[in-house]
Amino acid sequence: MTDTALAPPQPPVKHSAVRASRLTDPAVGVWLAALAVTLLGWLVVTLDGGTFFSRANIVVILSNCVALGLVAVGQTAVILTGSLDLSVAYLIGLGTLVAAETMESGSVFGAILMVLALSAAVGLANGLVVTGLKVNAFIATLGTGFILRGWIEDNYTGPAGKVPASFQRLGYDRIGPVPVSVFLLVAVALALWVLLKHTRLGHHMYATGGDEHAARLSGVRTRRTVVLAHVLCSLCVGAAALFLASRLGAGAPWAGTEARYDLESIAAVVLGGTVLAGGRGGVAGTLGGVLVLAVLDSVFNQLSVDPFFKNVVRGVVIIAAVALYARRGSRRSA
Amino acid sequence: MPALLTMRNVSKSFLGVRVLSDVSLDLEAGEVHALVGENGAGKSTLMKVLAGEHTPDSGTIRIDGTEHSFSHPSQAQAAGIGIIHQEFALLPHRTVAENVFLGREPVRRGRVDRRAMEERTAQLLTELGEHGITPRTYVHDLSVARQQTVEIVKALVGRASPKDPGASDVRVLVMDEPTAPLADHEVSLLHDLVHRLTDRGLGILYISHRLREVFDLSRRITVLKDGRHITTVPTAETDTDQVVRAMVGRELGTYYPPRARPEEIGDAALTVRGAGNTRINGIDLDLRAGEVTGIAGLQGSGRTSLARALFGAAPFTEGTMTVAGRTLRPGSPRQAIRAGIALVTEDRKAEGLALRQSIRDNALLVTRAVHARGRPPAGRALTGLLERVTLQSRGEDQQARYLSGGNQQKVVIAKWLAAGPRVLLFDEPTRGVDVGAKSAIHTLVRELARDGLAVLIVSSELPELIGMSDRILVMADGRLAGELPAGADEEDIMRLATGGDRREDAV
Repeated sequence: MTDTALAPPQPPVKHSAVRASRLTDPAVGVWLAALAVTLLGWLVVTLDGGTFFSRANIVVILSNCVALGLVAVGQTAVILTGSLDLSVAYLIGLGTLVAAETMESGSVFGAILMVLALSAAVGLANGLVVTGLKVNAFIATLGTGFILRGWIEDNYTGPAGKVPASFQRLGYDRIGPVPVSVFLLVAVALALWVLLKHTRLGHHMYATGGDEHAARLSGVRTRRTVVLAHVLCSLCVGAAALFLASRLGAGAPWAGTEARYDLESIAAVVLGGTVLAGGRGGVAGTLGGVLVLAVLDSVFNQLSVDPFFKNVVRGVVIIAAVALYARRGSRRSA
Repeated sequence: MPALLTMRNVSKSFLGVRVLSDVSLDLEAGEVHALVGENGAGKSTLMKVLAGEHTPDSGTIRIDGTEHSFSHPSQAQAAGIGIIHQEFALLPHRTVAENVFLGREPVRRGRVDRRAMEERTAQLLTELGEHGITPRTYVHDLSVARQQTVEIVKALVGRASPKDPGASDVRVLVMDEPTAPLADHEVSLLHDLVHRLTDRGLGILYISHRLREVFDLSRRITVLKDGRHITTVPTAETDTDQVVRAMVGRELGTYYPPRARPEEIGDAALTVRGAGNTRINGIDLDLRAGEVTGIAGLQGSGRTSLARALFGAAPFTEGTMTVAGRTLRPGSPRQAIRAGIALVTEDRKAEGLALRQSIRDNALLVTRAVHARGRPPAGRALTGLLERVTLQSRGEDQQARYLSGGNQQKVVIAKWLAAGPRVLLFDEPTRGVDVGAKSAIHTLVRELARDGLAVLIVSSELPELIGMSDRILVMADGRLAGELPAGADEEDIMRLATGGDRREDAV
């Protein structure tokens, strides 16, 4: 799937080009930042005597992008809609377990369906709690996260299940320096991008996040939109769980929480210029944000920087980015 | 032939409080039917019932004789009802076309058909004689008047079928205080637009506090009071006095309190010399104790910028300013407040009130924030203050958002009075406020001046400005274009306001 194949002749293409060319657009900025970070990393690592653009290193950066990227793309959907999902880390853990255990006893295909069904159910629950019970998304998803955690702790003490070699290829096969799993991320991101820009649901998600009242008054079924956004998010998280299961070869209860995918994904989304309150932003920026985080990680690992310094830099980058976006936003509305 | 729209015996209660009882109303195609009444009379509720935002407890709604009951705004839209809300339901960061088609985006081959959206939007904009807007403009780049046009186009688009994107089947258009956000010269443009809409056979339900407009535009007038239908009369057979009497249930004497006598005007409480910033320049101004100074000017002339500069919200960057003999150029609202300057802002909901907080918390907001050491007025003192501004509420614990516009404005005024200001600046003091509350606010403003406050009023409503001001300063292009004595007429003001480099476009 490419842009040109999807787009009917002229106006829409021109339209997105007009938008992207706005230099105030954070989605452009974050990709430039990713480029800058990459060049800077290359410079620093080379001066340090290492090779940054080695095949092994590129593979590591890209595979690191995949899991966070899938989660962050899903997170983009809920954040754009004005919601949030903090249950993703636990869903990942449970997802890897379900995947590995089902694959051990049954078929790979069945396992994929199981994981996606589980994810959709969790997303549906999140969405219904947020919209139906009117619980703030922060609390609602924290709550479902706790419930999932309880289930995991009660039933698992460590890794469980086994992923067959055939499915592990998703995690390890690659074409040149590019892991095949990158195509999974690209496909999911592209699908969500098309959904956001070119479907009614996408338009309604932006509208609901931008101003829920205005959207409702315009006839948008805002509740349903929020619920669907949560389902989409959880499906992306399910995909991340499948990827991690294939990567780890087994179900890992804490695969999601150890990497802190909940807060990391929100950081990537915000770094990518999506407004935390919803209504503005998009998938392209999020992928840029993921790349910035992954490249930073790789640079720090190569330089064996101490973890304190590493996290300080990450924190500064995120805060600086959002401060920059805030300045732009206020200048434009002034 | 059945009327285009018929509402019969509509009743609605909230938490046991009856806000509409047995209201009936009908609307013909091609007619402008004005709906008037004080705030709290039930106009908004009636409109929301029609819009599908509230479900009535009883009563029927028929369109072309077919009965409908709405439980969601989309159902009302589907039945051909379009609403222009007082607060726009537009998304600032989406384009005009995206806003117009929000909730009814045409789909072709599974994708939103942007081209159809943009073409149809452009077509409607042209039909309505609006040439300054392109479908791809972001709404936040448009002036308020143009945003309203977008709202109207949006309402017209109605429920499009996928086969015929944007087929306009809206028959009934409800406009709630459509001119409230507009400057004077924009109002006549809106009225032209209204005529073009009725020529297309739409029925328009026009809600407004501005009776002059109601008489200019409508064929019939319906008056509501306390949730009840009082009367429906052909506009040609009635006059302002009758309508006002029906609305308030009493005769309103003179609309404006007497002006200040010369001996009541004291020394300058605030003096500005040669001041300016990016929007205004060369400002020389004296605000005297006991005097009401009016500021007139077209929208974009710098009226609001002047008030905001005096208040330190968008500070002067040059010139001098003296408050009660002390030289001070406030760089922030906090500094201005400490010097005794207060500003009742134009946008009450966004800038004047914490809508979800109680009347009490709102009234004490400034004193708590700025006069941290002093005891904020509590108990009796607060009650006295709220009585002084003639607030009508269900108690000090009521959330500000549940008050009518007039009462909200009184809370804002109380908030400032609690801080004991010397200089009181008003930007559009009675915007979106009903007739009764309006005259209460006018009386209050005059009383405050009589108590020795220096008052400045910025208003785009010229009768109000003329009626209230002891002198009128007219702004044009960021400068003070001239001064007129009390009782100047609208023509004098407009001549000064439009003189020199005339700007057609509102900013």
